[in-house]
Amino acid sequence: MSPIYLAQDPTLADFGRDPWWLVLGKIVFAFAFGLLATLLGVWFERRVVGYMQVRPGPNQVGPFGLLQTLADGLKMAFKEDILPKAADKVVYFFAPTISVICAVTALSVVPFGPMVSIFGHHTPLQVTDVPVAVLLLLACSSMGVYGIVLGGWASGSTYPLLGGLRSSAQMISYEVAMGLSIVAVFMTAGTMSTSGIVAAQGDGTQLTVFGQTIPAPGWYAILLLPSFIIFFIATVGETNRAPFDLPEAESELVAGFMTEYSSLKFALFMLSEYVAMVTMSAVTTTLFLGGWRAPWPITIWEGANSGWWPMLWFFGKVIALVFVFVWLRGTLPRLRYDQFMRLGWKVLLPINLVWILVLSGLRSIEDWDTRGKVIAVGIPAGILLLATIFWPSRRPKPKPTTQEQVDNRPHGSFPLPPMDLQVPPSPRITRVVAEREPANIVAGSDSREV
Amino acid sequence: MTTSTVLAAAGSVSTGEAVTFWILAPLALIGGIGMVAARNAVHSALWLVLTMLCLGVFYVLQAGPFIGMVQIIVYTGAIMMLFLFVLMLVGRDSTDSLIETLRGQRVAAIVLGLGFAGLVGTGLYQALDRTSTAGLEQVNAEGNVQGIARLLFTKYVFAFELTSALLITAAVGAMVLAHVERRKQDKIDQVSTMKARFAPGNYPGPKPGPGVFATSSSVATPARLPDGRLTDRSTPAILPQRELTAEETSLKGTDK
Repeated sequence: MSPIYLAQDPTLADFGRDPWWLVLGKIVFAFAFGLLATLLGVWFERRVVGYMQVRPGPNQVGPFGLLQTLADGLKMAFKEDILPKAADKVVYFFAPTISVICAVTALSVVPFGPMVSIFGHHTPLQVTDVPVAVLLLLACSSMGVYGIVLGGWASGSTYPLLGGLRSSAQMISYEVAMGLSIVAVFMTAGTMSTSGIVAAQGDGTQLTVFGQTIPAPGWYAILLLPSFIIFFIATVGETNRAPFDLPEAESELVAGFMTEYSSLKFALFMLSEYVAMVTMSAVTTTLFLGGWRAPWPITIWEGANSGWWPMLWFFGKVIALVFVFVWLRGTLPRLRYDQFMRLGWKVLLPINLVWILVLSGLRSIEDWDTRGKVIAVGIPAGILLLATIFWPSRRPKPKPTTQEQVDNRPHGSFPLPPMDLQVPPSPRITRVVAEREPANIVAGSDSREV
Repeated sequence: MTTSTVLAAAGSVSTGEAVTFWILAPLALIGGIGMVAARNAVHSALWLVLTMLCLGVFYVLQAGPFIGMVQIIVYTGAIMMLFLFVLMLVGRDSTDSLIETLRGQRVAAIVLGLGFAGLVGTGLYQALDRTSTAGLEQVNAEGNVQGIARLLFTKYVFAFELTSALLITAAVGAMVLAHVERRKQDKIDQVSTMKARFAPGNYPGPKPGPGVFATSSSVATPARLPDGRLTDRSTPAILPQRELTAEETSLKGTDK
């Protein structure tokens, strides 16, 4: 490796210096990545779900059925583009494009790799980075709601409208949980730029196990486990994927907001859904799984985190996360809408707030001496312990037995049969059985005229 | 520091900034006018979204990336979405009627609007005329986000907390006004329903159908109980209860 690769981690100063053709190339790459990820993602999902349901999945078009999505896309382009009479034409037309634009734009701040050399230019493998890159991601996902909501409204029909309303409530709710779980990442990394967050996850503490030095991963998925779990759940809610695919719940709302869409507009919605899934996987990788950095066994090799190799690790992590998305879809049944909302507001949000409080408390006592740390952690822990022990029991009083309830009935109540009543078998049953004619089934009895 | 900071540095306007401004400024204006002029409430909201998005980009352009993004996330993403949420429930065909309910309302609104704009403009001019500018380099010295955070949690912490208290009050107030919570003892479970059904004085069985054991199948005819009495439980309360006369129950001569 040439000495120029010593500075691997791009900083914010490394951005905005590329010639125009390089910028264009990166943008085209990110866009193509989104489209290709959709083409392969649909195939991947159908194959994996097929495997989970013990059936082959698409396997006819191309090798392993790889071109199935392409064929479906071509077919979709030649279908009739239906414009409902009651539709709001302009909004109906723009809604799918809004979805796609927002999903693809988010890819522009995702770091695919470290600094590389492209035709002599030393440049980071990332379209751009800004000090508030993660907020840009949030903005993209919050603008993406418009596509779905407007698509649902502009269709001028009931099911799409209900789907659109559901999705707006759902995405706003889960954006709150998502934003709060990113707060922990901001606090730990001290920056909002995606490349900075990847760099901050590079240096974990060194563990010595059996004389071997193993660098513990500095991944925030491990350091900030509650945030990671909540973020991933919120991500599934944000991308409208099963088990949170309530805006398009086919058993309740036909196809939700895209019921009236057909042809290329429907294809755009499909595209945006899969691009959003891949984008969200990439964002999760960047924020919590160390981005393009190789995990431990690979880092034994010195060159693992330089040059073009990190892109491979990055894609590997993204594919693993997409697999989890598909796995969830193949495993979990859809939630009911009120359960889903309760999960978002009453479970994820409070846990997140408490976790942020604990984290900021721990971070603020980082520099104290041991005695101060023990006191600062011990007092809240003690209070918590006492509260758990002495918390008034919420167990309800034991229910009175049936006999007690019967005895406590007011005077003059409706008479009840005795509790231990033995109903004797009816004498008629045996007679009926005995009198029944034996069944006389003969061949050809169906053809008899009735 | 970054491209956006470089763009707005040193008081000069770079080409990129100028191009962006001259593309987005007319769009923002069109959005504003469209919001007022649009008949449909949802279209109005969408025009406003356009204006807000342009404003967000302007903030980014003016080396305030944080406030720009927050503008897009909070105002465009959350607040306008809630607006849309309500507007959609109102119904898509409810366009504004153009009939002035108050005479001269439109003229008065325009005049008052212009007057208010002038007032705010002069007020801002008067207030900002005397303040000394620090310059972007100095303000963003430790980073845009850090600078805002420092101001927000030191100098303006009281105003900030006051605003949040106001918002929380509004949210809690809305909930108190809109939310109807049934008390626990008001909820009737299956067991107590059954107990009430079999309580003394209540007849637990189904009501007799009208006309049962009676001489007519009319719903107005009370059912006759096994002991010969009539029961008013079988007829709806709004119907006058009557027993048919012998003439009415006699054959009408149609069965010959």
